[in-house]
Amino acid sequence: MTVPTDPPRGVSRRSFLKGSAIAGIATTGLTAAAAAPREAQSFGPGEHEISLSVNGTARKLTVETRTTLLDALRNRLDLTGAKQICDRGSCGGCTVLLDGQPVNSCLLLALDAVGHAVTTVESLGTGDTPHPLVQSFVACDALQCGYCTPGMVMSSLACLQQRGQPTREQMRRDLSGNLCRCGTYGRIFAAIERTAQGGGK
Amino acid sequence: MSASGHERASRHVTGDALYVHDLAVRDPATLHAWPVQSVHAHARVTAIDGGDALRMPGVRALLTARDVPGAKTIGPVRHDEPLFPDEVCYHGQPVAWVLADGESQARAAAARVRVAYEVLPAVLSIQAAIAADSFLTEPQAIVAGDPDAALGAASHRLAGELHVGGQEHFYLEMQCAWVHRDATGGFVVHSSTQHPAETQATVAHVLDVPAHRVVCESLRMGGAFGGKESQANLFAAIAALGCHVTGRPVVVRLDRRRDMTITGKRHPFFARYEVGFDGDGRLQALVVELCSDGGYSLDLSNAILGRALFHIDNCYRVPHLRVRGRVARTHLPSNTAMRGFGGPQAMVVVEEVVDRVARTLGLPPEVVRQRNFYRPGDRTHYGQQVRDAERIDRIWRELLATSDYASRRAAIDAWNTAHPHAKRGLAITPVKFGISFTTTALNQAGALVLVYRDGSVQVNHGGTEMGQGLHSKVLAIAVRTLGVAPQQVRMMPTRTDKVPNTSATAASSGSDLNGEAVRRACDELRGRLLPVAAAMLGCADDEVGITDGVVRGGGRELPFAEVVERAYQQRSPLFATGYYATPGIHFDAAAGRGEPFRYFAWGAAVAEVEVDGFTGAHRLRAVDILHDVGDSLAPAIDRGQIEGGFLQGMGWLTCEQVVFGADGALRSRGASTYKLPGVGECPPRFVVNMLSRATEPGAVFGSKAVGEPPLMLAIAVREALRDAVAAFGGGGPVALACPSVPETVFWAIQAVRRAPAATAAAADDQRPRSCR
Repeated sequence: MTVPTDPPRGVSRRSFLKGSAIAGIATTGLTAAAAAPREAQSFGPGEHEISLSVNGTARKLTVETRTTLLDALRNRLDLTGAKQICDRGSCGGCTVLLDGQPVNSCLLLALDAVGHAVTTVESLGTGDTPHPLVQSFVACDALQCGYCTPGMVMSSLACLQQRGQPTREQMRRDLSGNLCRCGTYGRIFAAIERTAQGGGK
Repeated sequence: MSASGHERASRHVTGDALYVHDLAVRDPATLHAWPVQSVHAHARVTAIDGGDALRMPGVRALLTARDVPGAKTIGPVRHDEPLFPDEVCYHGQPVAWVLADGESQARAAAARVRVAYEVLPAVLSIQAAIAADSFLTEPQAIVAGDPDAALGAASHRLAGELHVGGQEHFYLEMQCAWVHRDATGGFVVHSSTQHPAETQATVAHVLDVPAHRVVCESLRMGGAFGGKESQANLFAAIAALGCHVTGRPVVVRLDRRRDMTITGKRHPFFARYEVGFDGDGRLQALVVELCSDGGYSLDLSNAILGRALFHIDNCYRVPHLRVRGRVARTHLPSNTAMRGFGGPQAMVVVEEVVDRVARTLGLPPEVVRQRNFYRPGDRTHYGQQVRDAERIDRIWRELLATSDYASRRAAIDAWNTAHPHAKRGLAITPVKFGISFTTTALNQAGALVLVYRDGSVQVNHGGTEMGQGLHSKVLAIAVRTLGVAPQQVRMMPTRTDKVPNTSATAASSGSDLNGEAVRRACDELRGRLLPVAAAMLGCADDEVGITDGVVRGGGRELPFAEVVERAYQQRSPLFATGYYATPGIHFDAAAGRGEPFRYFAWGAAVAEVEVDGFTGAHRLRAVDILHDVGDSLAPAIDRGQIEGGFLQGMGWLTCEQVVFGADGALRSRGASTYKLPGVGECPPRFVVNMLSRATEPGAVFGSKAVGEPPLMLAIAVREALRDAVAAFGGGGPVALACPSVPETVFWAIQAVRRAPAATAAAADDQRPRSCR
């Protein structure tokens, strides 16, 4: 079956869960998502053709109802930057931005991302024109094995976008959901600070 | 790339750095494997019924023992790990594997495979194994002097025991292997493995094909820490078998829970000790019995126990010492290598002993530690001369000064007096860690360096990149030796068709071995290019200099590529192999004597903690480290290894706790139940310095290995916690469980609060006559 690109609304268990998931990740409110009126719709298992706004581009793909945003990105769109590490929202390795807010894409259904702007680590520039934060991560050698890095970068990006000049305490809070087994936390703080101070621009 | 940071760092930061699973999901033909896991710790498998599972959508096969054309058991030392066990030996052991078009289909089908078991009694702890006489090995021992006589003669004696906990690797990238056929019928194995040669050999044995039919590539790993030294092999073998059976590419990628329940961890150890010492705290005799929990199979346990035996001395001279150990067999996942490889467990034990000696005598632990350090000319209990022994004393004095230890000690004592419900603790501990594989034959490495006519270079070597920065260090070595610019060099993925028969990237030896092999290959190429350049420049060979891709001599300069092209025209080979075998090392296990290590890495750390008296919760306030990396090949990377190794060791000793249930099932099986160090555990003050004037003549460009040694610097945190706990009581020794999670710290506080006042009086006396 096919669903419209706007997310369905109505009083169902699924939309309740969806609503609480969005509330859980949004601290400043997602006005864009609430702007358009939508009609109630429910749907069961099976495949759905959807369109996701990923890094500014509309991408059509087929997902199952249960497909997470992470699996949709990795398995359907070849965007393998976000990593599946703990699979239950404990490590932040799958962090992407949803309308500018960091979310664990392993805890979000792909269907729930319809109508929202998804930003992944792949958006941060390639080769010639890397994002300043990318340059700072490299300059500060803020990684070892690199597996937590995409998630760390996206959480750091959200921290910078929301706070401008974050303090160490704010960084600790904003990155508290991201784990690094190699122990590079101090360098990641340094990379955020360097970016905030205009480094890498 | 930063001057000395990680090679390819920008690819990581933009998500372009691919790992095995990222490759596999791009191929739509790939089948996904999922394990059917045992629900008992020990049972006979009486039937496997996959009928329902095979009828589910997308399911292509159920792999069982019947599908295996070759070896049905694997294992790095002893082939005692069945791919498809008739008798399961731990809870969660894979019994069979489902292959399906999608991972979710494979997962759903695996849940529908019915396995019948006949349950058998299980051995689930070291103590139970000792009682049941269940062991994987015969005892190993190293003896120096006459410890029994010296114990009898010592004026002071203490005895005790300690259980040292295990540790989950929690590499962020789970075990993963993806296997497909190439155009000539070979098997291409992409594996997240530290040991591609052994993974290749395992696949060849299981498929019953020659090794030349299998190529294993380890592009990069998202962390490994020893957990992929031997234990990647099972998953590569299953993927290869699935590929052999179905003809399609197969990926095995565990999720976190399966990874944690199937794979082994750092070995828990149980230690009993007796120590004899004099009134100044000088160790005179030490007898230690170690028993490690090997889990259900041997894996690398015997070598890990061996390294524990080698490191029971840490930095301390004990004239009469006997250390004996044995590996217990339990019905738990097979424990394996992890950063330090048995060394950390032994060093925790001897630091416990030394601290107890100090507190029994009422002496400051840092004084007793320093008093017992090796001196120049000393030999270890296995007879190796302790080269650079004076270095630990130098590190100790420098670190005491730079960390402001004495005044902080006084400030903490004052703070503790003013705070009855919270206490701070301070400690400094040393590290000496032997560098080389203790299995001497493994200390060899190869390289293959190719120069193309445009002056670009490919560097191949046998070491794998797991985040430790090996490729960055080797790149630096190639650049320095050949004289090319970094961007002219491409570090190639580690492949068994480029360098064969390699050793695992382990034992901190990656850059020592592979770096020297690459240096030799580059040196040979440079030797061939110099006369060509000299002729072109009109100068003598020894007047030619090559740096940053420019060849200079006789007042002129040429691009590197022009010299390479001339060498090609003159029919000079533009590729070279390099080979290195560490010289001068040997060990006679029967005698317990030899020189197993090329050199020692030294270091020390100061840690300051604060402990809450109501809960045992603790916080690391400050860390100061001085560590010996020789002449660093890449200072940013070495500093990262020191910081990261320390944090990982701190996690092992203070917050990570592996918990099994009474049924043998792992209870701590995710990031939510197994507490890893996070941003909140990073100390606000974290000062890391590298020792100056520390050139190591025995390793490439004067450098030293750095992967493992810093992990043991974290023992300072454990001893600082003990110091804080002590401040809740009246003095004397403090028993502290390992790991020292808040709960165990709380009980330690309760114990010192209840301790009789006599202990305090004895401590005040400074010199108790008898300690037993």
